[in-house]
Amino acid sequence: MAERRNDNKREPWRDPGAQPYIQIENVTKRFGDFVAVNNVSLKIYQHEIFCLLGGSGCGKTTLLRMLAGFEAPSSGRILIDGKDMADTPPYERPTNMMFQSYALFPHMSVAKNVSFGLEQEKLPKAEIAQRVDEILDIVKMREFAQRKPHQLSGGQRQRVALARALAKRPKLLLLDEPLGALDKKLREQTQFELISIQERLGVTFVVVTHDQEEAMTLASRIGVMNRGEIVQVGTPSEIYEFPGTRFVADFIGSVNTFEGRLIEDLPDRVRIESHELGGVVYVDHGISSAPGAVVWAAIRPEKINLSRTAPAQSAENCVKGVVKEIAYMGDLSIYLVQIGSGKTVRVTLPNIERLSDDERILWDEHVYLSWHSSSPVVLSQ
Amino acid sequence: MMKKGRHWFSKTGLWFGLAFLYVPIISMIVFSFNNSRLVTVWDAANSPTLKWYGELLRNEQILGAAWLSIRIAAMTASGAVILGTLAGLVLARFGPFRGRALLSGMTTAPLVMPEVITGLSMLLLFVALEQLIGWPEGRDITTITIAHITFAMAYVTIVVQSRLAGFDQSLEEAALDLGARPAKVFFRITLPLIVPAIMSGWLLAFTLSWDDVVISQFVAGPGSTTLPMVIFSKVRLGVSPDVNALASIMVLIVAIGVVASAIWMRRQERRRDREMQMAAAANK
Repeated sequence: MAERRNDNKREPWRDPGAQPYIQIENVTKRFGDFVAVNNVSLKIYQHEIFCLLGGSGCGKTTLLRMLAGFEAPSSGRILIDGKDMADTPPYERPTNMMFQSYALFPHMSVAKNVSFGLEQEKLPKAEIAQRVDEILDIVKMREFAQRKPHQLSGGQRQRVALARALAKRPKLLLLDEPLGALDKKLREQTQFELISIQERLGVTFVVVTHDQEEAMTLASRIGVMNRGEIVQVGTPSEIYEFPGTRFVADFIGSVNTFEGRLIEDLPDRVRIESHELGGVVYVDHGISSAPGAVVWAAIRPEKINLSRTAPAQSAENCVKGVVKEIAYMGDLSIYLVQIGSGKTVRVTLPNIERLSDDERILWDEHVYLSWHSSSPVVLSQ
Repeated sequence: MMKKGRHWFSKTGLWFGLAFLYVPIISMIVFSFNNSRLVTVWDAANSPTLKWYGELLRNEQILGAAWLSIRIAAMTASGAVILGTLAGLVLARFGPFRGRALLSGMTTAPLVMPEVITGLSMLLLFVALEQLIGWPEGRDITTITIAHITFAMAYVTIVVQSRLAGFDQSLEEAALDLGARPAKVFFRITLPLIVPAIMSGWLLAFTLSWDDVVISQFVAGPGSTTLPMVIFSKVRLGVSPDVNALASIMVLIVAIGVVASAIWMRRQERRRDREMQMAAAANK
């Protein structure tokens, strides 16, 4: 995760006086009877990398295409830099887009692809050539300038597509699944390159992705979308540590949820009696819900401890279970533990030490699951 | 055993198929070198001879008709390509609009319409127009070309439309996004990428016009007799050997065209392969 410093300059959304660069106001897009984007409102600030994250068909690409001007909202409005974009065609918007398919012009060389946008601005030839060289240097593709797109590898095409979108020095760059076609290693490497390019050029990025890891790595903020609606907006750590709904908790990373009833609801602590857990969850932060209401306690797998002996205070936030499955992943191991209620709980443990077989917790062992009272998140929907 | 049987079967099938297609043409070419005035009698003593080819070159009527046919075919192909490309673009790009199904059906209807009906309706239209607005004056090369364009356009439309259907639309969006106006997007991106389809559409329209008899019969006037019409009228008076020679020349021209385009495409493919290999080698 790319952690950013916590001040108003880096996090303009915390500053009520900051002027958003993009304002999406109650935008809805219908295709016939199908509502692709449903009443979405968003504010995106300059120099952000804003990720729209969601599964396929959640409306994230439609929202991006409305920013680019390829689709018009059925209702609501979009302002970029304070200007209503309703009557501005794509070729007059201050945005450029990097397409999922890269959409490189197959009959033009790399240099021609990159200079295409600059030629539309009627710049002098010498300046175009200089700017093409400059941007190809940034994406490290200068030696391939005379190649045609079909002579490039996937990663190289991705760089050319990025260079072409950046060549006009747009204030806003829209990226549609920018790293989707790359393999995992290349993708990780490119993610950090994207961030460094974004910081160097000071462009605002809006990125569409279905890959939560990619969103976590790139984003200053993430907007999680589901069925055409924005479900939650926040920094990667906010979204991960304090998901607002079970959908978000489950979509970003994995999570164990225990349905239960509020038996104590105070500003600084909450107790939930859960039949799915067969015990009580004690949480050291408050939520606002009526006592007796049905809620869910969500606990991330890495926040659960696994031990053979009962922890010191085992009355609450502790449950017994039997190890059913172990998956060794190298850096960590995933344990699936069946607890008394029959529910299977997922626990991940980092493999810090090399343990011998009799030290490791193995299949069919009886274990105690426990967690700190700050770990659970209480969700009411 | 089994394999050998199959092999024998497919080989025979191949030869039968080829014979079915080409024996008539080959016999025609052979007889074009026949010295005899009677087409079906082989004059072994004085054959082969180029007598009929020489006669063709002195035949003003045939040369004139050939030149007329070439001009009509070229104009038809060019006109059909322009109209057919526009229709193909509209059908492939403009999404669902009012009357789309109608347009789609109407542009492709000439493919299945009997030529007699197309020819007759064109003739009626031209006559009515002449009475109403005084144009076209009589039937000539113009009316033949217009009539040919109407049916050749359908083929071009289909070729262009199918090429556009397999075309990544985000290419056009990318060009728009980079600041090109729609007209510029068409000429810089769309057109260069559909040129192969347009070229093949042009050739198709050219050959369709080049060998059309039925529609030409309806809309041709005195003094505008195309080559197929000349051949047809000659054959009606009995097959003469110079028709064999003429037809052989037409076959030769078509064959050269096909072979040349095949060689050109092979070369393009090889060049592409080579470039790909170079790129792959450079990436290592």
